[in-house]
Formats: sequence, structure tokens, C-alpha cells
Amino acid sequence: MIWMSELPPYIPFFLAALLVLVTHGNVRNIILLATPVLGGLHLWLDVQPFVPMVATDVLVTAKELSYQVTVFSYQLEFMRVDKLSLLFGYLFHIASFIAIVYALHVRDTIQQVAGLLYAGSALGAVFAGDLITLFIFWEGLALSSVFLIWARRSERSINTGIRYLIFQVMSGVLLLAGALTYYHQTGSTEFNYIGIESTAGWLILLAFGIKSAFPFLHNWLTDAYPESTPTGTVFLSAFTTKVAVYALARGFPGTDLLVYIGAAMTCFPIFYAVIENDLRRVLAYSMINQVGFMVCGIGIGTALALNGAVAHAFNDVIFKGLLFMTMGAVLYRVGNINGSDLGGLYKSMPKTALLCIVGASSISAFPLFSGFVSKSMVMTAMLQEGHNYLWLMLLFASAGVFHHAGIKIPYFAFFHHDSGIRVKEAPNNMLIAMMIAAVLCIFIGTQPQYLYALLPWKVDYWPYDMTHVLAQLQILFFSALAFVWLNKQGLYPPELRSVNIDFEWSYRKLLPAIARVSYNLLHAVNNGATRVVQQSWQGFQLIFQASRLSKYHLASSWPTGSMVLWIGLILGGYLIVDVYFLYIDDH
Amino acid sequence: MSNQEKDEKTYLFDKPRNVTHLLRGFYIICTILFVADLIVHRHSIHPWEGFPGFYAIYGFVACVVLVVIAKEMRKVLMRKEDYYDKRNDEK
Repeated sequence: MIWMSELPPYIPFFLAALLVLVTHGNVRNIILLATPVLGGLHLWLDVQPFVPMVATDVLVTAKELSYQVTVFSYQLEFMRVDKLSLLFGYLFHIASFIAIVYALHVRDTIQQVAGLLYAGSALGAVFAGDLITLFIFWEGLALSSVFLIWARRSERSINTGIRYLIFQVMSGVLLLAGALTYYHQTGSTEFNYIGIESTAGWLILLAFGIKSAFPFLHNWLTDAYPESTPTGTVFLSAFTTKVAVYALARGFPGTDLLVYIGAAMTCFPIFYAVIENDLRRVLAYSMINQVGFMVCGIGIGTALALNGAVAHAFNDVIFKGLLFMTMGAVLYRVGNINGSDLGGLYKSMPKTALLCIVGASSISAFPLFSGFVSKSMVMTAMLQEGHNYLWLMLLFASAGVFHHAGIKIPYFAFFHHDSGIRVKEAPNNMLIAMMIAAVLCIFIGTQPQYLYALLPWKVDYWPYDMTHVLAQLQILFFSALAFVWLNKQGLYPPELRSVNIDFEWSYRKLLPAIARVSYNLLHAVNNGATRVVQQSWQGFQLIFQASRLSKYHLASSWPTGSMVLWIGLILGGYLIVDVYFLYIDDH
Repeated sequence: MSNQEKDEKTYLFDKPRNVTHLLRGFYIICTILFVADLIVHRHSIHPWEGFPGFYAIYGFVACVVLVVIAKEMRKVLMRKEDYYDKRNDEK
């Protein structure tokens, strides 16, 4: 099975995408389901990390030089296996399986093909051993995922998709520019630690930063994820940002700047999440907040922090996927996902409500749920490294997560006042998918040793001790108490049909306005200039007509004959000049 | 419609009694957690962490501050739902 172990995991997904194109009905469903199962089993059973990761704070990579292809003198390495890439490999198989089950009722070839290509690209990216291969799959992620947004088939989703694509392609272009500069500087395109000491490093960091939704580069996410189909968003939430987190963990561990960027990412989105009405957009903001914790962990760069970052990425894909699935189920049944219009849905969708609470408990990092076992690693590492003030920011963000994702999402959708909406429970395939995710959340939360065993760096860490559990329960229960108190006092901001201006305002409103103003200005200048020229010309004509020159016989009319005369004179002049220069050249 | 509403069964939180019970249980847990902090010794790294009730107070204050600021942000940032669908010069 040597050949098999060298099979890059994206290949089954790309082949399946082709097969899905030519099949339909049950055959197609079987192909869809079998792809992540077989691919995942193959990865689990046949593929071993070539060299185990060393227990140091510096990322030591292991390479397995196989499946190399040379293109334009660059060596492409499709299958670099170490514990870091394997962890994300497992994760993406689990995530794509859950998303495929969730979308099994969908009869839309475009979405199914795009979903497989998207998952395959994510796998290709995390197993890429060099920057050029990474770039290829980086663009693959962008080009395949945009169809999941366009699949909503509304004017709004088409515009959103175009904006999304512009950001993603920009990220790709930066990555390519960075990769080529890196090659120029180091003579290699291998994708290992990069750092920000060089221009190439900055270009690549910016490319990764766009995809991981750094502040001011984040609005593609909050713009696009709520506009996709109920099932498309589940795919979207799993891959793009997590590939970026993987890439940051590989290329920029211990980069101090990332601690500050990450801390900012945990804090600012929660304010937006509190006042946002579209519950899937609330989750999109909350996703930036969660990625912030990961970016912090990567920035700290100790073994504990890096393990915490990738473990949190693993858990986030599952619990955030679960939350997006429950909201997708509501959108699918009700046709609306605005907090202002929902409420009381626990009556007609009790199972979805319960599963949503499991997801909410996990993202809030309740003890016994998955978020707790990974977030606490980042928080502990933060304190160990002496980031006291930033730790307070992260603690603030932790309370805020519970507030907007842990309470707000289930409360406004399923409880609150009864909106009178009565619908059917979510379809069975959706329920099964949500159930798998919920079971994983609780399993990882109660038995974290299995996830910890998969983590790339060797660390002795156990989250369950008196201090941690008590502190976490206190912060969560008193956040909830604040919610209850604010509601009872009537201080809690009601859900209102609205949008809130974010940085996207600069390119969705300001830039078009500037463009329009400059166009109008140029138009006015053009008109003015034309008028001035016309008027002077007219004035000149008047003067000319009044003068004696106008009486000259060539001026009185413009017959063809006089034109021919003048042209003849001009050509004759040219001829004489020409002959003169020839004469000079000869002598 | 009114018939339908009458026929509909009463759900868990339709009875105010259940909501009251839930809230009472919640307050009791909060109290226990707060008291536990005075009894149990938590080991702490951060200078503020050792302060009894630190996490409870921080969690409560953080959320109130979060909501108050977010509400203020609304005054500046909130626009109508179709804000981005219109061009600047359209009313």
C-alpha cells in the first residue's frame, strides 16, 4: 500500500466531483457520502507522519517527499505529512462528511460539485509542502466556494459573491507575489516557518490575513456567509478561515504582532454581534472572534499556545458548524433568519433547539463541552507568557461570546416571545448531521485526551481542575445573570430590522460615492473646457470675419480645389526636406 | 386561527410558573458559585485573579459594558435594511 499512502487526499474529492456531475439520485448520494468516509479512513489508517514533531516551541516540520511534480522549474510537493497537516486533514474529512449529510436533500448539482471541490481544495492546501502548491489550492478554495454563495441565485447573492471573490483573489495574488519574492530571496519555495523579517513574509502574512479575516480585512466574511444557501454556509464556515489558521500556524508561529491582532479580533466583533439582527451574520461575527483566539495562540507561539490554537480550530469547525446548521435549518423551514421576526420556535423545532443549545454551550466554553478544553489552553498560555492586559481582553471576549452566541442565538430564535410561527421540525438528514456534530462536541468536551493525542506538539495539559472549572462557571453564569438583569430592566437592545455600518462601508458606499463625485467633476470640467474652446473659436471666427483677411479669396469659400492645392504644397515641402536630409546623410 | 390557538397544547415556557422556577434555580446556582469562591482556594497567575469573586464580577460587568456600548454604537452605525441596496443619491 505504499502508493496508497502517497495519494494526496484531495484527489478522491476532485474525482468524486467529476462523478457527481454524471450521476444522479441515490448513486450520487452514495458517492457524496462515501468520499469523506473512505478518504478519512485512508488518512487515519494508512498515512503516518513521516517524522514526529519535536517538543519545542519552534515549529519543526517533517517532510515526506513524494508526489512531486515540477512545473516551470518549481517543485510542487502535494503530500507533506506531519502531525499538523494530519490534524487538519482529519478535521476536514469530518467537516465535509457532516456538511454533506446536512445537504443531502439538496438537488442542486452546482452546490454539490462546488462543495466537493471546496473541501478537496482545503485538503490540498493543508497537505501542500510548498508555497506554489499552496497558492494553487488557495485559489481553488476561492473559485469553488463562490459558487456556494451564488447558489442562492438572488441579485444580492451575486453581488456579494463578486465582492467575496475580489477579496479571495486579492489574497491569492498576494500569496503568489509573496511566494515568488520568497523564492527570489531564499532560493526555495518550501512552506515552513516564514516570519515577517522580509518583504516576502509581509506579503504572505497579508494573504493569510485576508483569509483569516484580520480587522479591516474581515468584511468579506460577514458579507458572504449570511448570503449563502442554508447548506452552503455550513461548507463555507468549515474551510476557508481554518486553512488560513493552519497556514499561520505553519508560517508565522511566535510572531508577536499576531497576539495583538488576535486580541483585537476577539473583541471588536462581539459589539457588532450584539446589535446584529441576521442571526447567521451574528455567527459570522462570532467566527471572527473565535479565529481571534486561534491567532492569539499562534502569536504566543509556545507549544501549549499553538496546540490550543489548532485544537480550538478543530473544535470551532464542529461547534460553529453545528450553530450554522441549526440556523440553516430555521432558515430552511421558516424562510427567514432575522432575530426580529423569530421566537418561540422551540415549540415546533424542539430537537433543533436542543442541538442549538449544545452548540451554544460548546462555543461558550462550558465545562464538559468542546470549546472549554481548547480555549482554556490559549488563555493559560496567555497568562504564562505575561500578557496580563491582553488576557483581560480575551476574558472580556469570552464573556461576550457567551452573551451573543451562547445566549442570543438560541434565545431569539427558539425562545423569547412567541412569534406564532409554526413549522415542521428540520428534515431528518439535517437532524442527523447536527446530531453527529453535537455528539462530537460533548465527546471532545468530556474526553479531551483523544483530541490532545492528535495535537502536533507534545504538551502535558489537562483542563479539568477546580480552579479552571470554577472560574469558567463563574464567568459564564454571571454573564448570563447580566443578560437576565438587562432584559428585566428593559435595557437589552431589541432586535431591529437594520444593518450596521462596518468597515465595508468604505468600499460599498464611500468608494462608489468618490467614484461618482469624481466622474461628475470630470464631466463638468469636460463640459466647461468644451464650452471655453467653442466660445473662443466662435469669437475668433467673428474677429476673422470682421477682418480684411476674410476677403481673401481662399477664405471666402473652401472648395476642394484649394484643399488639393494646399495638400500639394505640404507634400512638396516634405519632399524637399526629405531630399535635403538624404543629401546631408550622404555627405 | 383563534380555534387553532385554543387547540394548541401548552408548551414548557407558556406557563409563567416554569419560567419562574427556571430563573429561581439559576439565581441559586449563581449564589452557590459566588459563595464557593470565598471558600475554595483558586490558584492564580494574574494579579487580579486572586481577588475573591473576580470572575463573577468581571463577567457581569463585562456583559453590561458590552451591551451599553453596543447600544450606543447603534446610534451611529444603524441604517435601514436596504441601506446597501440603494445608491448614495437615492432617497
